[in-house]
Amino acid sequence: MSGGVDSSVTALLLKKQGYDVVGVFMKNWDDTDENGVCTATEDYKDVALVANKIGIPYYSINFEKEYWDKVFSYFLEEYKNGRTPNPDVMCNKEIKFKAFLDYALSLGAEYVATGHYARIQRDTDGTAHLLRGIDSNKDQTYFLNQLSQEQLAKVMFPLGEMDKSEVRKIAEEADLATARKKDSTGICFIGEKDFKQFLMNYLPAQPGSMVTEEGEVMGQHEGLMYYTIGQRKGLGIGGNGTSNEPWFVIGKNLERNELIVGQGFTHPHLYATHLNASQFTFTTRVDRPETFKCTAKFRYRQQDVGVTVQLNREDKTATVIFDEPARAITPGQAIVLYEGEECIGGGIIDQAYQAEELLQYV
Amino acid sequence: MKEFIYLDHAATTPMHPSVIDKMTEAMQNAYGNASSVHQLGRRSKGLLEEARQVFASSINAHPTEIVMTSGGTESDNMAILKTAETCAAQGKHVITTSIEHPAVKEPISELEARGFEITVLPVNQEGRISVQQVIEALRPDTILVSVIYGNNEIGSLMPITEIGQYLKTLDHQVIFHTDAVQAYGTEVIDVKEQGIDLLSVSSHKINGPKGVGFLYVNRKLSLPAMMTGGEQESRRRAGTENIPGILGFQEAVKIRMQEKNNVRAAYQDLKDNFLKEMDNSSIEYAVNGSLDHSLPHILSVHIKGVQAEKLLIHLDLAHVAVSTGSACSAGNVDPSPVLEALHGQGHPAVAETLRFSFGYGLTREQVVSVVLILEKAVAFLKEK
Repeated sequence: MSGGVDSSVTALLLKKQGYDVVGVFMKNWDDTDENGVCTATEDYKDVALVANKIGIPYYSINFEKEYWDKVFSYFLEEYKNGRTPNPDVMCNKEIKFKAFLDYALSLGAEYVATGHYARIQRDTDGTAHLLRGIDSNKDQTYFLNQLSQEQLAKVMFPLGEMDKSEVRKIAEEADLATARKKDSTGICFIGEKDFKQFLMNYLPAQPGSMVTEEGEVMGQHEGLMYYTIGQRKGLGIGGNGTSNEPWFVIGKNLERNELIVGQGFTHPHLYATHLNASQFTFTTRVDRPETFKCTAKFRYRQQDVGVTVQLNREDKTATVIFDEPARAITPGQAIVLYEGEECIGGGIIDQAYQAEELLQYV
Repeated sequence: MKEFIYLDHAATTPMHPSVIDKMTEAMQNAYGNASSVHQLGRRSKGLLEEARQVFASSINAHPTEIVMTSGGTESDNMAILKTAETCAAQGKHVITTSIEHPAVKEPISELEARGFEITVLPVNQEGRISVQQVIEALRPDTILVSVIYGNNEIGSLMPITEIGQYLKTLDHQVIFHTDAVQAYGTEVIDVKEQGIDLLSVSSHKINGPKGVGFLYVNRKLSLPAMMTGGEQESRRRAGTENIPGILGFQEAVKIRMQEKNNVRAAYQDLKDNFLKEMDNSSIEYAVNGSLDHSLPHILSVHIKGVQAEKLLIHLDLAHVAVSTGSACSAGNVDPSPVLEALHGQGHPAVAETLRFSFGYGLTREQVVSVVLILEKAVAFLKEK
């Protein structure tokens, strides 16, 4: 229980269904400010209010060390390498459905439930299928793609069958303290804070040049880690080109510390025909053939696109070929595969290619 | 609902039924402000002074030496901060121990930040210091020695009498404070005999209400008030007196004083039975601190090979209330400084210790049944 409305309603629904529910608040990050105020302490008060209201025990467990080692270190390492990591994917894989799951099992729990918008369907033989949440606007399977069959066997997502508006309504009707609480936005450990400021505390910013593909210097960048492939905002280049089209980040040169920029939303350098991904895992029990077709998302809340996947089982890598060229593939983000409603797995994007040419994205 | 077994009397205690009766009566009839001139005010004033006599006689002090406070924390803060403020001209050296309660530790850190020099005496394997350590640390500019009477986490008793009596043999300005929040009610305290200048006491640890306590201040000292804005408590603590709380506290003290040694014997018996049952179980354990010099109601046990935090949740889900170290809040898992002082940082005992504390209303049968529940939980966790 995070102290938000989704996990509050999750607990309430399970309690109503007759489960023996224990609320656990995970403290993963210490953001105590100069005034000694910590959002975790405030959120925990909401957990206390909700848990007391629905009549379940609740505890606070500290996972700061695990989070730092498994998620935050990875997060910084990725930025250092010019990539754009997805800490939520890693948090689900390593913390919520590993460290926390293990902890819950050691308390005698049979399942852990979270407020994710996703569904689990179980076959009679116990096989679990990870399905998209009914609320397509909220579907969170993208962040759950790295979960294994073993993890899914012990997981419940009671909100998967609902719309967010229904969840709020249930919370209101049950008079839960979190019914009208604002949804959290952004990366959990950064919260509302300025992203650049935050990153600067951990990684030295190395300003450098913004250049065109031809090498013309268009301005200065504040550090490659602050920019993502396909980004338009914050470049500060007005006109000055061959047309009046806006400028976009179309690549990075880590060795020369240069940010490569180009004009136009449809700049050819932004389009990839295929990509390579690693850490490829499947949520399903059945083995896939080495080559198969399915749909995929390469960022959260995107429409699926058609792809062909070529697997290399030994090193858990894959080549994913797009039916149509895909815009702004971002190394470090997840490529997530679907077969109809089922999220079958995914991997982390390493390189993007245009035909045989490697796009210089990191 | 399933029977709930409360083994956390060092955190706080349930109120004694006659305390509740006394307070209910006071809330109905003694609502006058003790500073008011009319008869209701005079009535409250009289009751307050009667209570003060009971508190004073419980430690062989004079009633004027008792300052009512909101509890142990305020008493400790006042004793330390106001002594330092009053005596700063005579010296800026303070002696304390490595296992004080935060209500002492933090005001002393505050003094350090203000330029005082602090000597922190380490404890031995029993969780005790010796009078010799105090003798060696004492300097001409020492103004305050603050030593906990009995520790809240491991129950170890300090040689308060020896320290107090030694200090009184010297021709020295030093003031001796002891935090007796856990010890008051089971230990025989005589501030004159023991050479204590300042002593902190709390009501809710002895089956009285929360929000009340007192500070004994030796008559030869004059500490300025921390709370100002009224002439209550002979100008030493402003604020309308909490009459129902004070009367409830008085009742709790009366009961303890009547039962005197019986309380100690009863709690010791619970502890002994608990340990006997532990020996009969499969649980591998070691007692933190000493069994010879310890408070009868506190038992700190290193349960080997299992994380105390998980064990506590298992016990709670089985309706048994215990603590790990001292009470803490949301996700705050700083290791106990007391256990670190005793064993050293990183010792397994720091993360594998539970505190069982005994008290009013608890039976031998309950204590024995807790060991069985504990044994089951330990076995489950070891299997995982």
